Amino acid sequence: MVTPAPFVRHRGKVVALPRANVDTDQIIPKQFLKGIEREGFGPNLFFDWRANPDFELNRPGAQGASILVTGPNFGCGSSREHAVWALKQYGFRVIVAPSFADIFLANCYRNGLLPVILPEPDVTQLTRNAENGAYDLTVDLEHELVSDDSGFSARFSTDAYGRQLLLQGLDEIGRTLLEEASIAAYERGRG
Amino acid sequence: MTRTLFDRVWDAHVVQELADGVALLYVDLHLVHEVTSPQAFAGLRREGRTVRRPERTLATVDHNVPTSDRSLPIADPIAARQVSALETNAQEFGIELFGLASPGQGIVHVIGPELGATQPGMVIVCGDSHTSTHGAFGAFALGIGTSEVEHVLATQCLVLSKPRNLEARITGTRAPGVGAKDLILALIGKIGTAGATGHVLEYTGDAVRALSMEERMTVCNMSIEAGARAGMIAPDDVTFAYLEGRPRAPRDEAWQQAVARWRTYRSDPGASYDARVELDATKVGPQVTWGTTPGMVADITSRIPDPAEFATPTEREAAARALEYMGLDPGTPLEGIPIDRVFLGSCTNARIEDLRAAASVIRGRHVSTRVRAMVVPGSQRVKAQAEREGLDRVFREAGFEWRNAGCSMCLGMNADVLGPGERCAATSNRNFEGRQGRGGRTHLMSPVMAAAAAIEGRLVDVRAW
Repeated sequence: MVTPAPFVRHRGKVVALPRANVDTDQIIPKQFLKGIEREGFGPNLFFDWRANPDFELNRPGAQGASILVTGPNFGCGSSREHAVWALKQYGFRVIVAPSFADIFLANCYRNGLLPVILPEPDVTQLTRNAENGAYDLTVDLEHELVSDDSGFSARFSTDAYGRQLLLQGLDEIGRTLLEEASIAAYERGRG
Repeated sequence: MTRTLFDRVWDAHVVQELADGVALLYVDLHLVHEVTSPQAFAGLRREGRTVRRPERTLATVDHNVPTSDRSLPIADPIAARQVSALETNAQEFGIELFGLASPGQGIVHVIGPELGATQPGMVIVCGDSHTSTHGAFGAFALGIGTSEVEHVLATQCLVLSKPRNLEARITGTRAPGVGAKDLILALIGKIGTAGATGHVLEYTGDAVRALSMEERMTVCNMSIEAGARAGMIAPDDVTFAYLEGRPRAPRDEAWQQAVARWRTYRSDPGASYDARVELDATKVGPQVTWGTTPGMVADITSRIPDPAEFATPTEREAAARALEYMGLDPGTPLEGIPIDRVFLGSCTNARIEDLRAAASVIRGRHVSTRVRAMVVPGSQRVKAQAEREGLDRVFREAGFEWRNAGCSMCLGMNADVLGPGERCAATSNRNFEGRQGRGGRTHLMSPVMAAAAAIEGRLVDVRAW
């Protein structure tokens, strides 16, 4: 894996994609999974949907957005980490949704992409704000706080281990390899 | 304190507690395929790392391979490069590979059990969400991303926050014509595609005990479609009978010892689950999806729902969007919807029992002139077995294409895809927009329902047929 830069705090432009159950097949369709590299996925993010000129990410106001606000169960379906690579390489640093799929969350933590879980009413509020014109949010992982310049502020909580991976930009394999003695002892114990 | 089946398997694999609820977990079996592994091997190579336990790692090619003539080279040069990258990686890192020419090649979730490599009480991972299939044996089996694949290759361990326990109790006797696929689709319809997120689903109840091993795999396979981290069924005599004598299963005295140990993998009476759900199997009819998530599903006798009748704005919008994509109107009976394609395949429903069941429905009949139908066996061994039983003849004579093993049109990475607007009766697991091909429309169902649809050229109720 490529150890990502630490994620502590990010301020950026918001784009809203108010849809439920956005699956990883939509995020990056199968025809882009044939490569053997980790790069080059950004241009094909939401490939099928982007064929529609009116698709949320195609709108002029959405250009340069780095925070995606979307519906529940985001990232469901296939385990393809390519979906996270595509979002990150397109320019997203934060995804805000009422809920995420488990494997997608695990992939986010290992790639410096921050998933923020907020209650549905907050997500609806942020969606409305973003749809009304240029809208920026500040996301602070250290204090687990999302805020804007007009008084919106909401706390979130992140999986403890995932938070640590993100905050430290950890080389997870390198760290686990330090546990070699425990792993070897476990293997011996099982015969 | 009482423990569930999942608690037991988890506890037995904790190498080290890293934090509250987070553990370094030992992996017994790592399955590898061509699509989600090349970047992981590249990472190992870049860091000068090795595969810690190659003998606990098994590789095959399935997602990206053609299902047509295997004597020809792969026509798509990018796909060919990915397949050849796995061959190189397997050789360099000392991993056993069931390559394209191997009689053991097949969908990774079909060949693990077929070899007897999948065993009760194991922790099994693969860079594929349908790894949940192996939970049918009482293993904790989960899909992981490519970074985690690299982590497991290098360390034979995975760092995981412990999921919660969810019991799905399925009771009662199924009606004729109702299969494992119908039970799991009905359950997903009931709890939703995020209904089990953050949980391991344990299937219990007499209706689960009555399932064959292959039917249990169908149920556990789709656990991920309910959002579950994994699905599990406690092993019993059905499990042991399936495993006995398989190439990687223990033998002789080791077999006796293994079975004695495997019998301990079960939930204690009165074990406490974080959540529970019940399904009455007697009330489940053949299920067909009408929308673009596996949770958008109904009994074949029902009508396409009206989006306005859903409870929340999010659900109403999702249903309206799904119907627009699917080209369907509210109130239309599911039965009678014309179809263009039939896909009998995938890690959900392409094992020998699935092919036998489908063949029994079509014997002596012919595929509708409006339909193109294909059978893609789950593995080359399943294919060979079916050919020994003469099932290939039944399918071919009925007008089905009889193909080689792979994931094929379940995800349409190879040449097997739907065209825009084509409507398909599929035995696979996902009906997402564009999943089987851009603009393609997928209806998920059981093998017998898909077979009957192929003959009639429209969705039909196999019970009345």
